[in-house]
Amino acid sequence: MSVASKGSNYAQPGDNGLFGEYGGRYVAETLTHALDQLAELYEQVRNDPEFQQELHEDLTDYVGRPTPLYFAKRLTAELGGAKVYLKREDLNHTGAHKICNTIGQALLAKRMGKPRVIAETGAGQHGVATATVAARLGLKCDVYMGAEDVERQSLNVYRMKLLGANVIPVHSGSKTLKDALNEAMRDWVTNVDDTHYIIGTVAGPHPFPMLVRDFASVIGSEARSQILAKEGRLPDVAVACVGGGSNAMGLFYPFIDDIDVELVGVEAGGRGLKTGAHAAPLNDGKVGVLHGNRTYLMADDDGQIAQTHSISAGLDYPGVGPEHSHLKDIGRARYDSATDEETMAAFRVLNRTEGILAALESSHAIAWVVKNAPTMDPDNIILVNLSGRGDKDINTIAKLDNITLS
Amino acid sequence: MSRISQYFAARKGRKALISFLTAGDPTIEHTVPALHALVAGGVDILEVGIPFSDPEAEGPAIQASSERALHNGTTLVRVLKMIAEFRQTNADTPIVLMGYLNSILAMPDFPQRAQAAGVDGLIMVNLPPESAAQLQPQLQACDIDLIYLVAPTTTDERARFILENAAGFVYYVSLKGITGADNLDTQTVSSRLAELRQHTDLPLCVGFGIKTPETAEAVATFADGVVVGSALVNLLAEHVDSVEAGATALTESALALREGVDRGADRSSPGS
Repeated sequence: MSVASKGSNYAQPGDNGLFGEYGGRYVAETLTHALDQLAELYEQVRNDPEFQQELHEDLTDYVGRPTPLYFAKRLTAELGGAKVYLKREDLNHTGAHKICNTIGQALLAKRMGKPRVIAETGAGQHGVATATVAARLGLKCDVYMGAEDVERQSLNVYRMKLLGANVIPVHSGSKTLKDALNEAMRDWVTNVDDTHYIIGTVAGPHPFPMLVRDFASVIGSEARSQILAKEGRLPDVAVACVGGGSNAMGLFYPFIDDIDVELVGVEAGGRGLKTGAHAAPLNDGKVGVLHGNRTYLMADDDGQIAQTHSISAGLDYPGVGPEHSHLKDIGRARYDSATDEETMAAFRVLNRTEGILAALESSHAIAWVVKNAPTMDPDNIILVNLSGRGDKDINTIAKLDNITLS
Repeated sequence: MSRISQYFAARKGRKALISFLTAGDPTIEHTVPALHALVAGGVDILEVGIPFSDPEAEGPAIQASSERALHNGTTLVRVLKMIAEFRQTNADTPIVLMGYLNSILAMPDFPQRAQAAGVDGLIMVNLPPESAAQLQPQLQACDIDLIYLVAPTTTDERARFILENAAGFVYYVSLKGITGADNLDTQTVSSRLAELRQHTDLPLCVGFGIKTPETAEAVATFADGVVVGSALVNLLAEHVDSVEAGATALTESALALREGVDRGADRSSPGS
């Protein structure tokens, strides 16, 4: 495979924030002006060397980038197929890729002169990443979190409190990530003058899917140079887990024009696609509108958003970023799924062979590798985004093992 | 001409009292008698909410009503059945459905079925005019007005764009916030409405945060219509055990709001 195998130049989103027929801006009128302002500001800063320099310095000195690209030798040997490289996003400050986005958006908030930021969070990683940058920049921070997630991610809840953020449990609807997002939108509608909403994934109304992707794409840019340096060529497959899809877009985006690199997103298969108890809209969903964008969703015949299930709170979301819907339809990326069980098995394999405790979200991508690497040739290369570390999941995992931690 | 336009053309000095209830809340049996009861109390236009699992712009009252209605098994098909049933004995009162786009997308022949049931207008909270190019002509062909919202944050330039595309009436969102909020400032709303009037002949109705006859009166001095939602939703929910008691309470509440709106109309300056 040659380094120069470039496809036609991909330029999305187009007009009105549309990725093909997905995305857009389906919001209450009150928010339109704030979104216009944000889009306008972002157009200015994305080419502003001063802003980019500030962002770069923060990513280097505060977040600890670039993160390593690590050849997982023992995992590769155990699976007996393709070479597996891990992009170690678990080594970012706060333990996941999420901070790349929150750093960028907090700098935007500062430029807009907004003294308060809000965020929604599922697993708590985005909430922690937001609370962290808020603390550093002296911004007031409120984080919305589904009451059920507050329960199952108590460690991250406490971390956010230590960081000075106010965690607001959301009791409406299914009490999970989607409801936290609804509540954050309601807050933003009310406090739009002094508040910036740091959305945590490549979803929401335009310009969020674009700017979150751009901030996350440092993952793919680094990985692309790193693999070229190590192997002298691009990987055959780049794989990442997909909930809303920010770590996957961050990995995929710099490879989109490299048409020989297969892009694979792994959704949460939950108890299995056939059971309906999953969070895999690209595998088993339909097109609709939720949280400001048109995308694949899990909904019933009446258009009501379905309850989802995943072992990982961070993937437990009924929608998906609109750019993933577009990449699926044009065939540039393909989307697979991993069940809870496959994920747990992969989590254990990675611990045992590499001494890396991955987040349950990221373990979905590892599960795909465990299943597919053995079917590939030893000279094939798989690049996996290890999007976060699993310390936050210890309680969940212990419970599965019938162990109570004090 | 839609029933909405007919109503406003014939109203003379009267200001519209517009009520909102979520269909199927607190039970499916409550809805049709509740709509008749509101009309008996002097409501001019009925807004009926299509319950949705993720009502992003709603406050706690309407969120809870949506959850109750869904729990009762309310679907869009059932909502349209309720409207058709209401229409058997009321052919005149305009009905506006309000909800979120995903409900409508799930029923591809919605415009035809809504027309057949007797629906006159549609408010899609999360469908801005830029994205309505497909739906609007389909609705128009079925004599259903797609009613747009203008917000305090809407710029003048954008307001003109919205007004050019508007039909039926314009729904002015009285505050930055969610339905049922408490930060309504009638003075500010009044001056904004005066600006909007320079760009449209459509009636300007005001909603979000209007709960009492006194506020309804104040808003009716400058608006063409007043929307009351959360207060009525909460009132009806108190009567979950009795359809009849719920209807009686709504009629009484509507009568008081009607008086407030009429007092406001009497005090209003001509032309508003």
